Amino acid sequence: MAQVELRGVTKSFGAFLAVKTVDIDFQEGSFTTLLGPSGCGKTTILRMIAGLEKPTGGDILIGGRRVNDVPVHKRNLGIVFQNYALFPHKTIGENIAFGLKYRGVSRADAAKKVSDALDIVRLPGVEDRYPTQLSGGQQQRIALARAIVIEPDVLLLDEPLSALDANLREELRVELKTIQHRIGVTSVFVTHDQSEALAMSDRIVVMSAGRVQQQGEPEEVYNAPATEFVASFLGAANLIEATVASADGADVVVDTRHFGRFAVPKKAANGLGPGARGKVVARAEKLKLYPAASAPEGGVSAPGTVEATDYQGQIVRYFVRVGDIQLQSVGMIDGSPFQEGTEIAVGIRPDECVVLPAEEPSE
Amino acid sequence: MRAWNLIKIYTVLVYIFMFAPVAVVLLLAFNSSQFGGFPIEGFSLRWFAKLFENEAIMRAFETSLILGVLTAFFATTLGILASLALVRYKVPGKEWITTLLISPVLVPETVLAVGLLIFLRWLSMPRSFAVLLLGHTMIALPFVVLVVQARLVGIRKEYEEAARSLGANPLQTFFQVTLPLLMPAVFAGALFAFTISFDNITATIFWRPAGSETVPTQIFGMLRNSVSPEINALGFVMIVITVGVPLMAGGLARYFARKR
Repeated sequence: MAQVELRGVTKSFGAFLAVKTVDIDFQEGSFTTLLGPSGCGKTTILRMIAGLEKPTGGDILIGGRRVNDVPVHKRNLGIVFQNYALFPHKTIGENIAFGLKYRGVSRADAAKKVSDALDIVRLPGVEDRYPTQLSGGQQQRIALARAIVIEPDVLLLDEPLSALDANLREELRVELKTIQHRIGVTSVFVTHDQSEALAMSDRIVVMSAGRVQQQGEPEEVYNAPATEFVASFLGAANLIEATVASADGADVVVDTRHFGRFAVPKKAANGLGPGARGKVVARAEKLKLYPAASAPEGGVSAPGTVEATDYQGQIVRYFVRVGDIQLQSVGMIDGSPFQEGTEIAVGIRPDECVVLPAEEPSE
Repeated sequence: MRAWNLIKIYTVLVYIFMFAPVAVVLLLAFNSSQFGGFPIEGFSLRWFAKLFENEAIMRAFETSLILGVLTAFFATTLGILASLALVRYKVPGKEWITTLLISPVLVPETVLAVGLLIFLRWLSMPRSFAVLLLGHTMIALPFVVLVVQARLVGIRKEYEEAARSLGANPLQTFFQVTLPLLMPAVFAGALFAFTISFDNITATIFWRPAGSETVPTQIFGMLRNSVSPEINALGFVMIVITVGVPLMAGGLARYFARKR
């Protein structure tokens, strides 16, 4: 187990800057997720920690030791790949024992360790089978067993669940987290799936276009997004243009075109002063819809029309037109859902909103 | 319907055109007549017996076998290394190197043969078995590279990366993971190289050292006098080797694949 540190790491492929001066600390024993859309540089970071790519600039430290020039096979890492990458010409037993061979483990000890590892991933007794005789989910468990049996300093997981179908993915993600917790290995998990990230991580690092957008605990990143990108990438968020009217006292008062004037808690306003332009972030599940005339007294609300509905069984997603903007609302179905074209009132709860400063259009 | 019948007849004719010469050799190899042609007088194995008594032919056979096996060995080794470099590593001028590696297939063999001879004369090296081996390796190499490269492109890099992350150094990774996964292509490439060397006549005539014959040049030499029935028997043996060996190898490969 070891701490992993990235200090000012950059990576370019020719003229393309894949990773732009990134600093991240991966705490010892923690489960950290690199989250972002494809092409954001998350896999490149994982591959640099693994030693499969060389950073163009900056330093990578594992357990306090600079490893920029240490080749992959001397880093003592476990990697789990999206496509399992089990050696098809070797049995499951040989696959798992592969790393032990290069660590001077005796045959008898290796057999014991292999069967222990298979117990951990709950697939005992499959040593003599070949990878193709197992299902995708089973293969990925074997890949995990192969990676942890060598007792790696760091476990690197490169979208390990993405090739599996939905049910299996959820089952395996709980199991993966349990195993990680039990053996306590420092883990770096790469995914583009926000629900995986929120469910599994101790810390989330949200990335976009080669830069770190925000790092923090799942709840922190979800409830207090630092940028518009984070707000809209994690869950569905509504961004409503606003101007700060006053910022004295415990609250910050903002003016919006659609919902009028209301006050948000000062800590949610990111230090914006009077006159500053920004955007109010209201999460889709915090947006309440009421029948047209029955919005609660004293609440912040605006009239709107249901433009489209997306029925998903126990929940429903509404696309609501309020003036010149479209908002999203997600809610449990209570009674019968609103039909398309219904006039409604949209209510937001100011104490659950965050105000972000207006962003300069970037690159 | 009528058009369909025409196509059928046409297909049969094409096959007859392609295989009649081979069939003729196979049939006449067992003809008891002492002239190497029709009509067939009776069934006999005596031309095979004579063949095995003919020392010149047996020597040529031995030369061809050794040459073929060595060509297969060198062309395959070089081909694997070249494919690895071209597929797995960043090599400046990759496209050019690939084109150059494949070019012996495109250049007329006569030109290639003369070129190598002139080059060797410039180095003041005499014609020898080594020169012949060098030339055959050059002719067979492109086929090996094409086959091995195609397979290597299909082997995902993750296998090698997984092996390395588990502690195998690059050489161990190659022998433990890459080579076993590459084996079908290596095998096919080696067979290709062997057959190409075993069959080659044009370039061999230019390169062979004085007094040394391979099977094809030996047949060519014998034909200058007359069509001896022995040649038919020899043709039969060559067909069995060049067709039978790859078929057998393919069968074995399938057998072992199923057993797994």
